[in-house]
Amino acid sequence: MAPFDITAAGPIASALIFGLIGIGFGAVLEMGGFGDTRKLAAQFYLRDMTVLKVMFTGIIVAAILVAGATAFGLLDMNRVWINPTYLWPGIVGGLIMGVGFILGGFCPGTSVVAASTLKIDGMLFLAGVLGGVWLFGETVGSFELFFISSNMGRFTLAEWLGAPVGVVLLLAVLLVLVMFWAAELAERYFGEKKAWAEIPLRPTSLGKAGGAAALVLAALIVVMHGQPTPAQKFELLGEAVKKPVAERAIFVHPAEVVALRQDLNIRVAVLDLRDEHDFNLFHVGGSRHVDPAALTQPEVLKPLLAEPASTVTFLVANGEGPALAAWKALKASGVQNLYVVEGGVNRWLELYPVDACVAIPGQPAAADADRLAWHFAFATGSSLPSAWPELTASRAFRTPCAASASEESHHGGHGITWPEYQFARKVKLQVKAAVKGGCG
Amino acid sequence: MAATKEPRPYVNPYLAGTLLGVVLFLSFYVTGGGLGASGALSHIQTGVLDWFAPAHVDRTAYFADIAGGERNPWTSSGVYMLVGTIVGGFASGLYNRRVRLELRKGPNVTITTRVVFALLGGIIMGYGARLARGCTSGQALSGGAVLSVGSWAFAFAVFASAYALAWFVRRLWN
Repeated sequence: MAPFDITAAGPIASALIFGLIGIGFGAVLEMGGFGDTRKLAAQFYLRDMTVLKVMFTGIIVAAILVAGATAFGLLDMNRVWINPTYLWPGIVGGLIMGVGFILGGFCPGTSVVAASTLKIDGMLFLAGVLGGVWLFGETVGSFELFFISSNMGRFTLAEWLGAPVGVVLLLAVLLVLVMFWAAELAERYFGEKKAWAEIPLRPTSLGKAGGAAALVLAALIVVMHGQPTPAQKFELLGEAVKKPVAERAIFVHPAEVVALRQDLNIRVAVLDLRDEHDFNLFHVGGSRHVDPAALTQPEVLKPLLAEPASTVTFLVANGEGPALAAWKALKASGVQNLYVVEGGVNRWLELYPVDACVAIPGQPAAADADRLAWHFAFATGSSLPSAWPELTASRAFRTPCAASASEESHHGGHGITWPEYQFARKVKLQVKAAVKGGCG
Repeated sequence: MAATKEPRPYVNPYLAGTLLGVVLFLSFYVTGGGLGASGALSHIQTGVLDWFAPAHVDRTAYFADIAGGERNPWTSSGVYMLVGTIVGGFASGLYNRRVRLELRKGPNVTITTRVVFALLGGIIMGYGARLARGCTSGQALSGGAVLSVGSWAFAFAVFASAYALAWFVRRLWN
């Protein structure tokens, strides 16, 4: 599924791809008249609204194509770069740019196009931009805190409004159509100097009405079709994601989890998907209880996506079934370095058993059954050594069976030695896919 | 022959916009990122600075990020795209007979005024574009198409500020 990993195509091929996209970009801007500073400036005197029309048509057409491609499973939105929102630096930067726009008559992209057709004012403006970005690099250190303030990360209008992508798209289409309608009227009044009475309020050509209808229709199709659910998205992902499941490469031996927890270079996060009752009876030390139904909600998903590349996230259930389902949903949502604890808590307790006075093995549960196969006498949480096999001793460990309470517990903590388990290493750290915008 | 030397007219803005949208979508579809210009200009500026003052580049956090140490600012995807933009703009200009060495300005300003304001506007624009983490193409266009909140706020900020100031500098353009 697109986008493609074009770095795999080699440096020359990827340079060519970017170059070709640039050629399309430059040619379209030039054709639209963006190389002429007078046309650009006329926008701000309402005589010629070309800039607004071209820009917002471009935005809305691309938005429809992107949302449509995502809806029909052609494009994986998790791998598309969405400009992170730094609200206030963005707004202040935008206000400053507006000043530059009206004084100089260009924005950076259009000045490049003007310069390419040998417009001297475009070249001068471009030289000015180079000076401006240099000045910024020299001075940003003095207001670094503002520059990195109000960072909302990857934050879309759909998340902000809490509405489906399609609905937001439809609203954006309607907003843009109203802007175009106002722009047409303004051109008649300020550009052609017609009296208001002579200006028709409805679209004057079939092409414009038809284009508007096409945009609304396309947005409606996206609304009706909806965006794929995580399960549908997973089905759309390629073999590269599905093969490891079939080969059990994503199921990690508990002893490897324990070994990784001792690795200072890696942060291990364990998400426990069982109900609260089982979680309270026993859970792996430091694990977090998560409701599987809430996994792909933004408040759970966003922190997972924001984890650095050195974090390995493990999913654990009583068996493997719910953990695998959660793995698919999170994988389809773009979470990296994600694994399932092999055999779940039931297997964990086989390898790192608790004392018989705390829990005894009950009926063995099938691997995909979500049932705790141990009968606990009381809730232990993560207070037993079994929850922290990487720690050989800790003062925090309880010694529940210790009528024979060893002297040790008062002096050096409750100690225990686990057998050395053999396992095949399966965790491979993956660096995040480097998606970056052209302006980054 | 003189008649054929006239530039061809610009294409309909809605058609140009649609083509722009298709190019932008292709960029997202193939590369996973949008279009842009100012990021590449920042790379070029830092690259040039790196020829003359490499130690200064290494010691200024913002520049070091781009060209510090062994980093090569010239091989970024944005720079390739910028080269393409120049080629594409030139090709379209050539076909439409608009490639001509000339200075465009408002009807009532002197060449000196235009030169000064083009440079000044460029400097302000470049500064603002880096503060906003992208220019009209990289933020408004690309971020707008993927419905980023910041990009829409940014786009309206640019237009609002330019409209607010337009009346005061009307002599430049009218």
